[in-house]
Amino acid sequence: MATLTVPTTVPSVSEDCEQLRKAFSGWGTNEGLIIDILGHRNAEQRNLIRKTYAETYGEDLLKALDKELSNDFERLVLLWALDPAERDALLANEATKRWTSSNQVLMEIACTRSANQLLHARQAYHARYKKSLEEDVAHHTTGDFRKLLLPLVSSYRYEGEEVNMTLAKTEAKLLHEKISDKAYSDDDVIRVLATRSKAQINATLNHYKNEYGNDINKDLKADPKDEFLALLRSTVKCLVYPEKYFEKVLRLAINRRGTDEGALTRVVCTRAEVDLKIIADEYQRRNSVPLTRAIVKDTHGDYENLLLALAGHVEN
Amino acid sequence: IGVDEKSLISILTNSNEEHKRSLRKGSSKLFIEDENGFERWDQSSIKILKHQFNRFRDAVVLSLLHPWERDARLIEKAIRKGPKHYNVIVETACTRSSDQLLGARKAYHSLFHHSIEEHLTHIKGRERKLLVALVSAYRYEGTGVNEDVAKSEAQILYEAINNGDKNKLLDHEDAIMILATRSKQHLQALYRHYNQSYDKTLAQDLEGEGILKDTVECLCTPQTYFTRVLEAAVKEDADEESKRALTRVIVTQKEQLVKEGFVPNKIQDILLGLNKDFMLASIASGDIK
Repeated sequence: MATLTVPTTVPSVSEDCEQLRKAFSGWGTNEGLIIDILGHRNAEQRNLIRKTYAETYGEDLLKALDKELSNDFERLVLLWALDPAERDALLANEATKRWTSSNQVLMEIACTRSANQLLHARQAYHARYKKSLEEDVAHHTTGDFRKLLLPLVSSYRYEGEEVNMTLAKTEAKLLHEKISDKAYSDDDVIRVLATRSKAQINATLNHYKNEYGNDINKDLKADPKDEFLALLRSTVKCLVYPEKYFEKVLRLAINRRGTDEGALTRVVCTRAEVDLKIIADEYQRRNSVPLTRAIVKDTHGDYENLLLALAGHVEN
Repeated sequence: IGVDEKSLISILTNSNEEHKRSLRKGSSKLFIEDENGFERWDQSSIKILKHQFNRFRDAVVLSLLHPWERDARLIEKAIRKGPKHYNVIVETACTRSSDQLLGARKAYHSLFHHSIEEHLTHIKGRERKLLVALVSAYRYEGTGVNEDVAKSEAQILYEAINNGDKNKLLDHEDAIMILATRSKQHLQALYRHYNQSYDKTLAQDLEGEGILKDTVECLCTPQTYFTRVLEAAVKEDADEESKRALTRVIVTQKEQLVKEGFVPNKIQDILLGLNKDFMLASIASGDIK
């Protein structure tokens, strides 16, 4: 469930644009106004605002925001203002440029979006970067990571609920064999994770647990330092219980000394219109503290305020 | 090659028994004198007729289907029928536009309740990796090629083919990656560099390499691939599969064929006359193709 709240009567698009324009004019910026408007508009409304703003004032809203804002707040606003497909394309492109932690972002996008959302991200990638996502992933990842990530970002999974129990049995056995042999990047392991529907994978993993006693992720913990195994475990989580995956990302981001604003921004932005409510519930269950309270404790200023708005926090 | 249904129907419904008997007696290739006193239909001729009707049916169905459904069905059938048909998968994945291939993937979901990638797991052979990669591609279609990269990738392919174990080509991760992720413009530039640097074409170097050669041709020089398929289909001793390919290529590439005109004249005549061939005229002259 989404956490984003949109007012019941939404001002007209031109009114929104006018207000935003006002927020930039004069000395300083009225961040509160930006939060009030953009923090309470859905993707379609935001797209319309951007389009109208450009037509009215001859300038890209994002460029204006870039000029006026800075630091974590700016990053959050800019990421949030983007259309989900463009946002995913941007995050993916950034991920191909940095080091290993960003393999996780590529996997996250490939596995937690719906088949069509991933497709739209790939289309947005063409438009924005004049290359295909697969090319960049292929050429900026290596070895086992490439072996796993390339099929993941290229997948177009069937989304029906039908499950073949015989197949689930066979593939659970196959996975168990490969894992016992420590053949973690075996073609078959990758194939199951990258091509089967999420429902089918879920059935396979249930069968795995029934038959062999452990959650597959427990068996994939053989070497805690192995980064590929870590990615494999995250892949499994993203495919069958994404809210648990995102809860962990948030927990690690918030509880660290200092905060990993990058991860916090990314998760809130990309899930506010999808399932941040479910993730927040999971967060509370796991940490005995509401997500919003953790955000208040760990962040401040405009950054904190926009995060709270997106997380559906209502002022008491 | 073809059936003219209208004429057939009009002739047969207007014939009386006498007329039909003289038809039978006059067609020595179709009917033979049976010792029990009747003109018996020659078995092998029935088979030929059956094939012709099937081809006509295929042409009609293929033409009517939405291209996405058509391509999804072509792929599914090819997977089912086995290795000799994998070139159809390559053909469909590589000669359609990125959005058309996407459409075929969507149609596949609707029709078969699985993704193409899943069904390709039924393939046990080494071609699977390449085929999965090819159908999963969503290639960039704009202009702008990095010539340096194209040249260095031509070298990677050259070394994979000439220095490595040719039998292991289908497992060569880099080669598959290049063929499956790069844009067609990039691959065509790569093809040119290969030719310039090594005095032979990439296709020549892949002679005998089955679907790898098909892949390169479909991506870089599709007209060469299609001409080859069409010519195999109109040969005197063409088998039924090759003839079916004719229907498939003509229907799926119709606009290209007519526009580009890169088709030998022989085939152009057949293209125009596909629905006009007079089977009956063939019977009368005793000449069946």
